Amino acid sequence: MMLHMEGVHAHYGHIHALRGVDVTVQVGEIVTLIGANGAGKSTLMMSLFGKPGASSGRIVFDGEDITRVPSHLISRRGIAIVPEGRRIFPRMTVMENLLMGTAFADPANFNADIKRVYAMFPILEERAAQRAGTLSGGEQQMLAIGRALMSRPKLLLLDEPSLGLAPIYIKRIFQIIRELNTEHGMTVLLVEQNAHHALRCAHRGYVLQHGEIVLAGTGQELLASEEVRAAYLEGGH
Amino acid sequence: MSAVIIARHARTPAERFKDAAWVGFVALLLGIPMVGLTTVDQGGALTVQTRFGMLGAFVGASFVGRFIFRWIMDQVRNRRAAKPAVAKVDRTPQAIKVIGWAVLGASIALPIAFSENRYVIDTATTVLIYVMLGWGLNVVVGLAGLLDLGYVAFYAVGAYTYALLFSHFGWTFWEALPVAGAMAATFGILLGYPILRLRGDYLAIVTLGFGEIIRVILVNWTELSNGPNGIGSIPRPTLFGLPFDRNPTEGTQSFATFFGLEFSGMHRIIFLYYLILVLALLTNVFVSRLRKLPVGRAWEALREDEIACKAMGMNVTNVKLSAFAIGAMLGGFAGVFFAARQGFISPESFTFTESATILAIVVLGGMGSQLGVVLAALVLVLLPELGRNFSEYRMLLFGTAMVLIMVWKPSGLLASREPTIRLNKATAAGGQS
Repeated sequence: MMLHMEGVHAHYGHIHALRGVDVTVQVGEIVTLIGANGAGKSTLMMSLFGKPGASSGRIVFDGEDITRVPSHLISRRGIAIVPEGRRIFPRMTVMENLLMGTAFADPANFNADIKRVYAMFPILEERAAQRAGTLSGGEQQMLAIGRALMSRPKLLLLDEPSLGLAPIYIKRIFQIIRELNTEHGMTVLLVEQNAHHALRCAHRGYVLQHGEIVLAGTGQELLASEEVRAAYLEGGH
Repeated sequence: MSAVIIARHARTPAERFKDAAWVGFVALLLGIPMVGLTTVDQGGALTVQTRFGMLGAFVGASFVGRFIFRWIMDQVRNRRAAKPAVAKVDRTPQAIKVIGWAVLGASIALPIAFSENRYVIDTATTVLIYVMLGWGLNVVVGLAGLLDLGYVAFYAVGAYTYALLFSHFGWTFWEALPVAGAMAATFGILLGYPILRLRGDYLAIVTLGFGEIIRVILVNWTELSNGPNGIGSIPRPTLFGLPFDRNPTEGTQSFATFFGLEFSGMHRIIFLYYLILVLALLTNVFVSRLRKLPVGRAWEALREDEIACKAMGMNVTNVKLSAFAIGAMLGGFAGVFFAARQGFISPESFTFTESATILAIVVLGGMGSQLGVVLAALVLVLLPELGRNFSEYRMLLFGTAMVLIMVWKPSGLLASREPTIRLNKATAAGGQS
């Protein structure tokens, strides 16, 4: 088991953002969390990193309890995150951005890792000397994923990777996530509002509502589920 | 309604006229108190007199000046638009390198050219102190992106550390230098710790307060710092133990006797100049090196995006504290030099205006640019000097220059950022678009 969250509660001051969440991610899986704005998706990701820390419950990663581990040490244990809104370093070059991902990785792996990232995203190699802020949104998203991969994570967290991208890039990003999983065996936890794409891409999914898991199942099951269809796929969007 | 016309198309004469009229109106509003009214001493009492003639000239000059300025700018723009767009090769990095070496050469040659002109060398020394302070503050503001309005506090800590170590224990310049640097770094960490969670404006306010706290302590803690009277007779630095005195104490040699030169007061001035030049260059090399190390990249990443830094597993606390500590240490070194050069320090030298000037140097220079700091320090120190002839209008001139720089170069004189890692030709192919 790669990641196991058990009865996790989290608070922002008086706001009870997570109310006893159980999430499991197996090795080699793509798991997605879907839900509306404010359902607690991003909070769940941040709780994994201890900000806000779980007020009760347990988070186990790769066989170790990380519930109380300081934030900056968690990513060094092999969790990499592609943050919401990409959050690349705009005034630094593409190359420097990739370097930042390796801040705590073994320098000996650098050449192999950067080759792997360049093979996956040839555009990054072309633009290596360019300032990252000059890339298009989709390219920036690829850079953010590449940067996360540079640390050789065991688990990759993606927070709303399709946010604000052109439809063609949305397709491409989900294709990349599938490739990462099938070709590189990457375990992925994907938080998305774009429920349709996310569920088609994922092996399993959880539906989060008001800080609680209201539905869980395989991607296909959730796609077919009446409740999911009504709430996230057909109405409102 | 837009007062000053900013149009992309070619302006009609009527528009130009309207634009200039507005500028004249603004000049009138500003000019009434600044030019139109003046105080005259008449029989021991101050009376206010009007100078409508001068006011009229001022407004007229603004109006005509703006009219001509706009016209010239339009001509320039038209000419530029007429030129075919050629693929521009960015030569900025090479140009910066050339300017950098030229400035360095000039600064080494300066005392030779002006060996008899004390005023020039003194002013150049002042410029170099500000350059060094600017490079130090650049670590905090330019690289780590932490807006620090109280930088002068570390300058003061360095200066007072040397002054106190000398007056109580008789330490020399060279002995006190590292200790003062360490002391300033400690204060940097002390300041940094409580404000780790603050950003932007809030950080600026607290650092501003910190700068004042240090000054107020120095004024009021008379037993330690001798209060507003300051500390005097601080010894000048020696050259490997050779003092620059006319009459060295028994049994020691002075610089002049050791080299068999005739004593001249200029020796010390020139020595101080070269000393600060070396200190400043060491600062520059030190900071440039750090920038290429992981810690320097971490500072820049912190400036770009703190949350992303955390996500990369960086310990943001350590990154911030290291920036504060190293920036403070460099400020402390500059402070020691300042104390040694002046021979006398008092809290008067460490007011908020100093912090503001140093910050202005960093911002006008282009945040993070090393050469930009030099250019901005030249402008900000020399302008008030040159402006002495304009006496009461000196600060007006200074303000105008700052406004103009911010209008034409909103991100500083040298805003281009040098990458910390260069790609060899093979990997960079196609990357230069």
